[in-house]
Amino acid sequence: MAYTQKVIDHYENPRNVGSLDKTAKDVGTGLVGAPECGDVMKLQIQVDEKTRVITDAKFKTFGCGSAIASSSLATEWVKGKTVEEALQIRNTDIVEELSLPPIKIHCSVLAEDAIKAAIQDYIKKNDGENKS
Amino acid sequence: MKLPIFLDYHSTTPMDPAVLETMLPYFTQTFGNAASRNHEYGWTAEAAVEKARTQVASLIGASDKEIIFTSGATESNNLAIQGVAQMYKEKGRHIITSPIEHKAVLDTCQYLESIGFELTTLPVDQYGRVSAEDVVKAIRPDTILVSVMFANNEIGSINPIAEIGRVCKERGVVFHTDAVQACGKIPVDVEKMGIDLLSLTAHKMYGPKGVGALYVRRRNPRVRLSPIVHGGGHERGMRSGTLNVPGIVGFGKAAEIAKARLQLDTEHSSRLRDKLWNAIRSRVDEVHLNGHPTERLPHNLNVSFAYVEGESLMMGIKELAVSSGSACTSASLEPSYVLKSIGVGDELAHSSIRFSVGRNTTDEEIDFAIERVVATVKKLRELSPLYEMVKEGVDLKSVVWTGHH
Repeated sequence: MAYTQKVIDHYENPRNVGSLDKTAKDVGTGLVGAPECGDVMKLQIQVDEKTRVITDAKFKTFGCGSAIASSSLATEWVKGKTVEEALQIRNTDIVEELSLPPIKIHCSVLAEDAIKAAIQDYIKKNDGENKS
Repeated sequence: MKLPIFLDYHSTTPMDPAVLETMLPYFTQTFGNAASRNHEYGWTAEAAVEKARTQVASLIGASDKEIIFTSGATESNNLAIQGVAQMYKEKGRHIITSPIEHKAVLDTCQYLESIGFELTTLPVDQYGRVSAEDVVKAIRPDTILVSVMFANNEIGSINPIAEIGRVCKERGVVFHTDAVQACGKIPVDVEKMGIDLLSLTAHKMYGPKGVGALYVRRRNPRVRLSPIVHGGGHERGMRSGTLNVPGIVGFGKAAEIAKARLQLDTEHSSRLRDKLWNAIRSRVDEVHLNGHPTERLPHNLNVSFAYVEGESLMMGIKELAVSSGSACTSASLEPSYVLKSIGVGDELAHSSIRFSVGRNTTDEEIDFAIERVVATVKKLRELSPLYEMVKEGVDLKSVVWTGHH
């Protein structure tokens, strides 16, 4: 598999590797994929409650080089965005930025899913509480 | 030390310089067509081919008349299986094979199934071995062929070929074995092992690419084959086409060297392979050996590094030329069918790496490989949510995953 320099760079120097406290109220966690499919992404966001800006993001990924690169890029992109803005990130943006080959598009889909799952988790923890 | 380090001797091997040396005159000087019966050029080429035939036959305990030269093992497998099917279809239409054969055997058998033959796929144990008892159970009155590989190309497990050969002989069923990975690596003897048809190729034993052979038994019983390539009636009518004289000469030389060096090569390979495996398993946790612990090829090591995906591992050890059973390294996006057949879960199949050493592998290369593998697995596990979860005590099987496939 001939990867672009951007994928290789994310693989060799992944951004924002790590974990946030998943029990914290201001942290949303997304865990998507399945081990038997060969890729699992965990993406976490920390959100400023007042501004709803994502102040920090961390990831861990089990998967191929493009899965690692897609999730690494996703953490870079969500940081500084509001929750609503982050929901606008599309897998096609990731494909374009990393020049992923067609066979690796599912990695970008998974990264989009991971962002959405993390945001949903955050919203469930917080907005759900506001409504009740 | 030259990088990347070649640890993929199952895929192919570098040609021995002595083999190249032997081949060279046959391209430019003694370039005759071995089928030219009326002049010196033809006679010289024919004599060279016959010498090579003897050398190849000698490697597997056959007589030279039983060797049919082909373009490689894929053709040999096709000729053996389709040739028997065509020739013996009046006797029966039942073929027996195993699930971990090379695609050249599996796809040929499936093709025959599509045109009206019946196929039985034998079970294999957790190490990928077929048992002679299961062969006996599968044989029917209309069985015309059993095709079981000598040793597997992914996991290196060696089948009990002599036992399978014996039960096939007792029941009068033709026995074919794809011995591509075994020839030149471990002792192979068609007489002692009761083999009727055997496929082998030059480029896996330090010979040239594009030349292979099929052993076809001539006595007890005499095996007959319908040709799949028609033409001038070369190779006893079983394989028409002008002989690849330089390739065949190189194959012969490679077989001669392989026979002479068999023990030396085995000792060298198994020592380095064991060194690699012992270092990996002592320095990395949660590693699994795929294939049989002892009944395996001396140069094969197939390991699953749990919680690390194979393709990303290969990216991290790019100084090492290895192969993986991960789906991400295959065009089909399916993990290795061989690992699946022996009950390795998809998760561990995605995490598998096949290392294979050879004649030119050095201690220095293995030392380097060990450091790269250990460091990369550690780095990727830092990145692995699965490893983190397991270390936190989460049972991965209890998690509800959201897979796409």
